[in-house]
Amino acid sequence: MVRCFLIHTVCPVNALGAGESRVLYCRVFGPDESLFTDQEREFSPEERRVLQREQTAVVARQVHSAASLSRGAAGRLLMEALPGEEALALQEADSGVLRLRAGDPFPEEMSALWLGVQSLGFTLVCEPHENLLLAEGTLRTLTRHCLEHLHLLGPGSEVLLRSDRIDALLSRLLPHGQLLFLNHRFAHSLEKEVAAYMTK
Amino acid sequence: MYSHGSESLIKQAREIQDSELQKFYSRLVKLLQGKELGYEMVDSLQRLHLILSANKYIRTLPPELQKRLQSLLSSPAEQFQVLSSAVLRETLPPAAHSGNYSQENIVQLNGHAAALLLSQAGSRADVSSLCTQLLRGLESRQSEGPTNSLTHTLPILNTILTHNPECLTEDHVTLLSKKLVDWLRYASILQGGGASSGGFFTGPRSRQPVPIAELDGTVSGDFFTVLCVGQSFTEDQWMNVFSFSALRHWLLTYHSVSNGNGTADTAHRLQLSLSLSHSHSFSNDDRSEVDGSVVSMVSATSSSSRLLPPKERLREKSFQYCQRLIEQSDRKAHKKSDADLQKACLVEAVCILDCVCEEDASLVFRAFPCIKALFGRLSSDLSFARVLLPIAQFYLNHGEMAAVDCGSVWALVFGRFPSELFNDPFLAHELLRFLRLNLESLQLRVPQYTHSFPNLLKFLAWDSPAVVDDFVDLLPSLVTAGTAVELLHTLLDLPCLSATLVLQVRSTCLPISEQSGRGLLSLDAFRSPSFRGLFLFLLRGEAGSGDTIDRLSTLHELLVETADWPRVVQCAQIVPVLLHIFFNTVITVADEKLLAHLILVMLERSSLLLNIPKYNKEIHRVFSSHLLRLCKLHPSLVMDQSHELLEFSGATANVYSKEEIYTHVVWVLGEYLSVSCDSRCSVTLITSCFEALEAVLFEITSSVPPPGADCPAPRVVTTLMSALAKLASRSHDLIPRVSLFLSKLRTVTRGGSVAWCSDEEDLVAIVTRGEELWSLLKAPGVAQSVLTPPAHVTTPQWHRDTNVALPLRLRTLTNLTHSH
Repeated sequence: MVRCFLIHTVCPVNALGAGESRVLYCRVFGPDESLFTDQEREFSPEERRVLQREQTAVVARQVHSAASLSRGAAGRLLMEALPGEEALALQEADSGVLRLRAGDPFPEEMSALWLGVQSLGFTLVCEPHENLLLAEGTLRTLTRHCLEHLHLLGPGSEVLLRSDRIDALLSRLLPHGQLLFLNHRFAHSLEKEVAAYMTK
Repeated sequence: MYSHGSESLIKQAREIQDSELQKFYSRLVKLLQGKELGYEMVDSLQRLHLILSANKYIRTLPPELQKRLQSLLSSPAEQFQVLSSAVLRETLPPAAHSGNYSQENIVQLNGHAAALLLSQAGSRADVSSLCTQLLRGLESRQSEGPTNSLTHTLPILNTILTHNPECLTEDHVTLLSKKLVDWLRYASILQGGGASSGGFFTGPRSRQPVPIAELDGTVSGDFFTVLCVGQSFTEDQWMNVFSFSALRHWLLTYHSVSNGNGTADTAHRLQLSLSLSHSHSFSNDDRSEVDGSVVSMVSATSSSSRLLPPKERLREKSFQYCQRLIEQSDRKAHKKSDADLQKACLVEAVCILDCVCEEDASLVFRAFPCIKALFGRLSSDLSFARVLLPIAQFYLNHGEMAAVDCGSVWALVFGRFPSELFNDPFLAHELLRFLRLNLESLQLRVPQYTHSFPNLLKFLAWDSPAVVDDFVDLLPSLVTAGTAVELLHTLLDLPCLSATLVLQVRSTCLPISEQSGRGLLSLDAFRSPSFRGLFLFLLRGEAGSGDTIDRLSTLHELLVETADWPRVVQCAQIVPVLLHIFFNTVITVADEKLLAHLILVMLERSSLLLNIPKYNKEIHRVFSSHLLRLCKLHPSLVMDQSHELLEFSGATANVYSKEEIYTHVVWVLGEYLSVSCDSRCSVTLITSCFEALEAVLFEITSSVPPPGADCPAPRVVTTLMSALAKLASRSHDLIPRVSLFLSKLRTVTRGGSVAWCSDEEDLVAIVTRGEELWSLLKAPGVAQSVLTPPAHVTTPQWHRDTNVALPLRLRTLTNLTHSH
């Protein structure tokens, strides 16, 4: 199961400190895990939300660091793709997978798969025994759709104001965090529904 | 991509004034009251979502607004479902929290509302009740209830089960197992209806059902799976996809339910197998009755599974499904995305087979031929490496039982994969995870594991930050007495390996004829036959062919320009961490002889490291701390290596180039070169050591440091002085010589600044120490007990010593006071 999907910055942001990442979209799936860990006291909903936010901030930061190091090591120049060149941007994207140890920040060990497209990172946090080949494919598909439908290669801020589009996309391709084995016909059917939603 | 505009939007959303926010809320309520679900509403809801999510602290909406948004959840327009669900997720659940759950039935809700309900669950009990509702919804026939709720049932159940498998009862397991069997094995094999999209001329021919097809276009001859295609799909075909997607997790999870009933199941199965002649079906809504006419290659070979209890039946059907997937993956798919899916399906199929074989060992004999054939098919194709890892896991789990030779599997995992695919981050992650999870089995069953570190470390050398965490866990298992020295050398030369791997990759990219004119001497060297051997040694796959090479300094010179390459720098940063782990582990497996050898290696290598800024210093620091530790644990090591240690401490150049190590070597000599630590220590040895150190001390305190070097730190001088004093306290003839030197030192420094010490405070500290030692040595007996204390003073065991034990004293006092 996928625990969460994030879109965040992997470039320096002026308003934040070095290494900090701005989380632009965050969707956590399933019931809150703090309900099930043995704790001395129960968290209130406010506390749970703060905890969740901080966990995703930690993930974003770690991915930002991993992406920067990976890009530095590869030594490639970051090319700016223009709107319309989504496929190219995806091809040029850096990718990797990070091990998140138990407790840092989730109670159990997790794997964070990430794709870095220019200044944005797209991250899927999954349980480690999950089929990572499938997760990788799903992440690429999600990223491609986000780039296209939110016009992320342009200068707009649609990722902030049109996050319902990402929700609709996730409800089809990653319902409640479930990775799906979709061949091209099933995928085509779902993508038609997604496209219909986006044109509204 | 991420612009200033976005940043300012977030700022505005965070800093919105309360009055403005309240105005916005009331405007929104008015819009919602108006029931005009238009563009302005959508826009306002999107802005509301941004405002609420921009802060990590939760806001509460006014109750009127909250109520209206709740009702929007069931709007017929999906966009409003999504928006209201997203907004409500960012707010506190309503006060009548438990009321929310008893009223709503999750089965009736659309996917977005269900997600909201799930995220707002406040307790385990809430989650359990959701689970029960979902399963009850499954029990009713598929024709009842909205269609979309069914497809969401499995994912929601799956996510609940991740956290809370205890909410399942035995009945639930039975029910879900039966449903999964139906969906997995008996989904329709005809393409979905609705192909005839209206039209006046829809004759009987256009309504003829078309069978599903395989990915290479041929007509499908067996049951429906995720690798079957059609123009459109029926509902049970969709459920087939969802079922398979959730299957592995389900098989792994339902264990926690059935713990108490294991014996009941086997007894039942035994009873059934004895009554094979009876052909009664197991339940009424079992669709296997209509199975007969379907041509089935896989299922024809299976045993009559109708008589098995539901869980076993699910296992059997899962087995068949996976076998079919493996067959289907051999077909050449027309599209790349389908080819990728085939790989993912292979991974999943092998994992599920592994899972069912764990539960039912009799399946191993049926599964192995299939897995072995798959291995044979894929083992020579490196693009299937990630599929071969689950196969390796299968071999590890069941190979012994099936008495299968796993040698070729391990040759791949420990041989070809690290040496050829070290730059695939996903393979690295999965392979290292495989090692971490199976460490004990591997150490038992794969004898070449501990010799494979030269290959495994290639992952680390290539991408240190990504995998260092895994190596922190794996390195201790690779430290054995037989390979410790070679491992130490390999770790110290990890940055060289890093540079070599970069060169290897570049060499394959750049054509050989091209002049690497941009000064890539290292690339030329890599390609030149005269230096080939050096690089080949670094790139070796197995340990055992020698600890290190003679021409190591040549290698370092060839690689000098690589010292600022990012991968090399990143690698150099993690080596000290690994060395700490290495030393901490090696003391648990090494005997004294090996430890003495390691000290030798430390001394030799301290000047034989790739010249990366700060690398030398860091390594010296690690060496120093472990040298100290080793000698403290086994003081006789100093005696064993006295010759090398003396040679090292007698070379004045070491004071300037390896200050940290030098200081510690001198310290251990002073501390442990004594008869009380090792009876082999002789007066001659103490004297020769004394003379060597004395000479160095004279030299550094009477001349200017050599050009390019800093003044020696005060610590070096004081350590030398203390060491001399300690040695003198053991051989009293030497005391006059030390005292003479110390008084001379006092005289010289009274004259003001000296060439070998730049800081006045430091000089004062040195002189003070000198005076303390001088006065101590005036009483040789005292000096001896202070500077060479016997063991019981340095390792007090007050609680064990019967003379000073506290309980004894207390008892004595009590007896004295209660003497009447």
